[in-house]
Amino acid sequence: MNTALSWIKAYVPELECTDQEYCDAMTLSGTKVEGFERLDKNLDKIYVGEILSIERHPDADKLIICQVDIGTEKLQIVTGAPNVKVGDKVPVVIDGGKVAGGHDGGPLPEEGIVIKNGKLRGIDSYGMMCSIEELGSDRNMYPEAPEYGIYIFPADTKVGADAIEELGLRDTVFEYEITSNRVDCYSVLGIAREAAATFRKPFVAPEVVVKENGEKIEDYISVKVEDTDLCPRYCARVCTNIKIGPSPKWMQRRLAASGIRPINNLVDITNYVMEEYGQPMHAFDLSTIEGNTIIVKRAKDGEEFQTLDGQMRTLDSEMLMINDANRAIGIAGIMGGENSKISDDVKTVVFEAAAFNGPNIRKSAKRLGLRTDASGKFEKGVDPYNAEAAINRACQLVQELGCGEVVSGMIDVSVELPAARRIAFEPERINGLLGTDVSEEEMKEIFARIELTLDEATNELIIPSFRQDLEGFADIAEEIARFYGYDKIPVSLPKGEATAGKLSYKLRIEQKAREIAEFCGFSQGMTYSFESPKVFDKLLLPADAKEREAITISNPLGEDFSIMRTISLNGMLTSLATNYNRRNKDVKLYEQGNIYIAKSLPLTELPEERMQMTFGSYGEGDFFSMKGVLETFFESVGMKEKVEYDPNAGKSFLHPGRQASVIYKGVVLGYLGEVHPMVCANYDLKGKVYVAVLDMPNVIPFTTYDRKYEGIAKFPAVTRDISMVVPKNILAGDIEKMLAQRGGKILESYRLFDIYEGEQIEAGFKSMAYALSFRDKTKTLQEEEVAGAMKKIMNGLTSLGIELRK
Amino acid sequence: MKETLQAIEAKALEQIKQGDTLDKLNEVKVAYLGKKGELTAVLKGMKDVSPEDRPKVGQMVNDTRAVIEEALDKAIKALEAELMEAKLKEEVIDVTLPAKKPEIGHRHPNTIALEEVERIFVGMGYEVVEGPEIEKDYYNFEALNIPADHPAKDEQDTFYINSDILLRTQTSSVQVHVMENQKPPIRMIAPGRVFRADEVDATHSPSFHQIEGLVIDKNVTFADLKGTLAEFAKELFGEETKVKFRPHHFPFTEPSAEMDVTCFKCGGSGCRFCKGSGWIEILGCGMVHPRVLTMCGIDPKEYTGFAFGVGLERIALLKYEIDDMRLLYENDIRFLKQF
Repeated sequence: MNTALSWIKAYVPELECTDQEYCDAMTLSGTKVEGFERLDKNLDKIYVGEILSIERHPDADKLIICQVDIGTEKLQIVTGAPNVKVGDKVPVVIDGGKVAGGHDGGPLPEEGIVIKNGKLRGIDSYGMMCSIEELGSDRNMYPEAPEYGIYIFPADTKVGADAIEELGLRDTVFEYEITSNRVDCYSVLGIAREAAATFRKPFVAPEVVVKENGEKIEDYISVKVEDTDLCPRYCARVCTNIKIGPSPKWMQRRLAASGIRPINNLVDITNYVMEEYGQPMHAFDLSTIEGNTIIVKRAKDGEEFQTLDGQMRTLDSEMLMINDANRAIGIAGIMGGENSKISDDVKTVVFEAAAFNGPNIRKSAKRLGLRTDASGKFEKGVDPYNAEAAINRACQLVQELGCGEVVSGMIDVSVELPAARRIAFEPERINGLLGTDVSEEEMKEIFARIELTLDEATNELIIPSFRQDLEGFADIAEEIARFYGYDKIPVSLPKGEATAGKLSYKLRIEQKAREIAEFCGFSQGMTYSFESPKVFDKLLLPADAKEREAITISNPLGEDFSIMRTISLNGMLTSLATNYNRRNKDVKLYEQGNIYIAKSLPLTELPEERMQMTFGSYGEGDFFSMKGVLETFFESVGMKEKVEYDPNAGKSFLHPGRQASVIYKGVVLGYLGEVHPMVCANYDLKGKVYVAVLDMPNVIPFTTYDRKYEGIAKFPAVTRDISMVVPKNILAGDIEKMLAQRGGKILESYRLFDIYEGEQIEAGFKSMAYALSFRDKTKTLQEEEVAGAMKKIMNGLTSLGIELRK
Repeated sequence: MKETLQAIEAKALEQIKQGDTLDKLNEVKVAYLGKKGELTAVLKGMKDVSPEDRPKVGQMVNDTRAVIEEALDKAIKALEAELMEAKLKEEVIDVTLPAKKPEIGHRHPNTIALEEVERIFVGMGYEVVEGPEIEKDYYNFEALNIPADHPAKDEQDTFYINSDILLRTQTSSVQVHVMENQKPPIRMIAPGRVFRADEVDATHSPSFHQIEGLVIDKNVTFADLKGTLAEFAKELFGEETKVKFRPHHFPFTEPSAEMDVTCFKCGGSGCRFCKGSGWIEILGCGMVHPRVLTMCGIDPKEYTGFAFGVGLERIALLKYEIDDMRLLYENDIRFLKQF
């Protein structure tokens, strides 16, 4: 909300402060000032001048030479403006003065433009006459300004006067951020009340006196509200003998400073009252209201209606309409109808000031795709008491501005309006909540400033109707806090029982996983939780893949962000592709993020959120280095058993011959592999890409930070090497499983130290060599014990179809 | 005899002097002290010496031997030292050649900022907890005193799965879970992902992170809130940091505030970074609304509390001077490597 400070001061006449003081104090008392701008920021030395004479420029057809009286002196000014004539009063900027913009009305330069004496085509020119654009505004805000040329003041303007002042530009416009609970502050009066309370100055509300013409309103119009649930109050007044014309300058200036374009007196009055009181109003042309009746009721489903912007709107039965005897004439609280629009030859108008149901207006406006200033105010919930005040204010202005006469009486259809709210006054509890020691007297003084009255008999505060936000104890405490001063509330730390600060075990393991990933050279990435359903095709997932059972967002930002991920790979591959496209070499990334697994679709209960530790790399590294990362992590979290790898992982998006499930104690913890070349192509990745994914909920139960010292071996180890010719289809894992089984307790370790295929080895076979190490922790091993174990191992090899290499 | 020994000694010492390699010195050793060496030969000739002279002669031989041994030893050590020195000189390296660094990875700036925040609050006795990202409407809105018709619930802000289930828009939802399941005293922070229907640009993302904080106990005051967050700001942004609390509105706290910190770029004097104000808005906070406490089964007359919510990206962007939020989700390695 933007408002000129001069308008605020109209209701807080004693307010004296600099712009910055106002900004700081208002922000600290809760009316946040987003910014402010002096309208005369770049205007200097500009006076009202009268054109005494005009002659043609001898050397330029389009220039004229003016003699201008600016009160203190007479200046010769050369101009190209086509619209000036002798006797015109114009803004004149003199040597060394400043204007805000160029005459073409383009973007305003930050520092303005300094004007200097000079020559135009050889003729001296002492200053410049200004257009409204050069003064930093435009015809929208100053409708009386000419379309092209110099701004011309009314004939009675005093020569030599400060032109900036005359234009109402000696002012500052403040922009406020009003919080959604303070509906009352979406109005000049509301902010003025806050300013008065903040600066401890009296608040002087406008005096509203309506001079009526003696005719009866009942002779003009009747009002019936059928759906009172959506319209608790409807006030109507009638003004007649309307004369449409421009509104006075002061009103135009105030509206313009608020960013509202002046149109004509009638429109400006409704806009002015909406700004001043925060109460949206509407004006109907009585001659268009059939049957002289207004009926407020819900629309019919599918009904069509043309709003005054000319658009056809389709209504539904939850939208509240203003009707006459035969048809709809306006959408309540949102926009009037084309059929009852005010025209320039309007004779009699019906003003409407109503309280409509906020949530209903909000929903209707949204369904219609039509948010207006009025609907924006109604949806926050207006004060039903305000309607009457505002409509009277509008009638007063009609009469005072000579816009028309006010018909006697007001039609007021309303349900029983709520009585003033009462809240117990609990000074000790307030101090207890704030940690302050504010005296009861001081609290009472604050209440007086914000128009809360204390009923001494019941010790209750009586809340004015415009403070709908004050509902209970905590709200009262906040009022005390903000006027006592948030900055004056002391600073302490919570006392009370000590609590143990800690991370959950899950978070600790995740932290460890980050450390290990980074130790292994992987950097952490983050990607979105929602993605495109096209991901499944990109990952070559079959039509019946479980991953396709994804949760859909009903109102996504677009299809690309419409489903909650069920697999973490898309984010990783997309990030790798980003790096690849930017020619970054050897990229290793990891991500920790949830996937979302629905228990059933459509969703009836919350899905499972499973944390995935996802690794991805291209460039340096291969399948086995990725495997090494996983095993390093497992070791670091106390998972000492042998991790198994099943090549039948069944992942469509991985190379069929280079993928594995990661299995620990029979539980699948995740998978790793080389990304399928077709998937790589789908992501515009070239070369080999490796990924690994750990499903953390399955990993965490196996992790432990418990460690037990097992002693350092005292007795010597016996080593044996075996060199074998192995059928190609036998996996190292199978051999190692057999070694572990048959080697028995004394087999301390085994290590593959050579693997070879090719020359000297028969096709279909590979050569493998293991170093075995035997040890007994309690004694020196006897040769026959090792021989026994070796024999078992040899038998095992034979049963696998493996021969020792000759 | 004496002369013989003296001659041997003189000859040996001369040869040691001449010995400029270890091999030559070894030859000297063999020639004089070895089994077939000259001194050994003298000893072998002892049988010709009269028995009464033998000890004397023996002594003389031993003395000579000692002199030669000592001289040899000295010469060998000197030569070895010389050789070592020559060898070390050979082995000189260019210490300014590039280092061989283990290629370690880098943590995401969001996580670095989060771990900072966690460290500070864990130190103050807060437990770090998590809650669901896909959440019931009740926990995200209703239980936080945001009734069905509140504008904040408008679809334009919230991603819905259906009328009852949504993507949480704030980590404040975790407050409710904690209060429902835990008796006061409660001190917790809840970091996590939140979602809002904002189009992606330099300052907006439809998915970002918040850290919610909650303290519930007897006699918790607004002053405690101020003290705690002032402490937090100092820890996070430096000892010099000052804070300012401005009244604000959140449905689930009352009184509510926004906290500004002195601009860490200019220290409060005003610069482009803080748009000249000297202050930077950092978080929202307030005393837990009595209605929220009641809905969670906590008696607002017995207990009070405060809550706060910090935008993690906001902290990361400010602290590390990142000028575009999109960088946080692109995962360009050249960006990540800077942290």
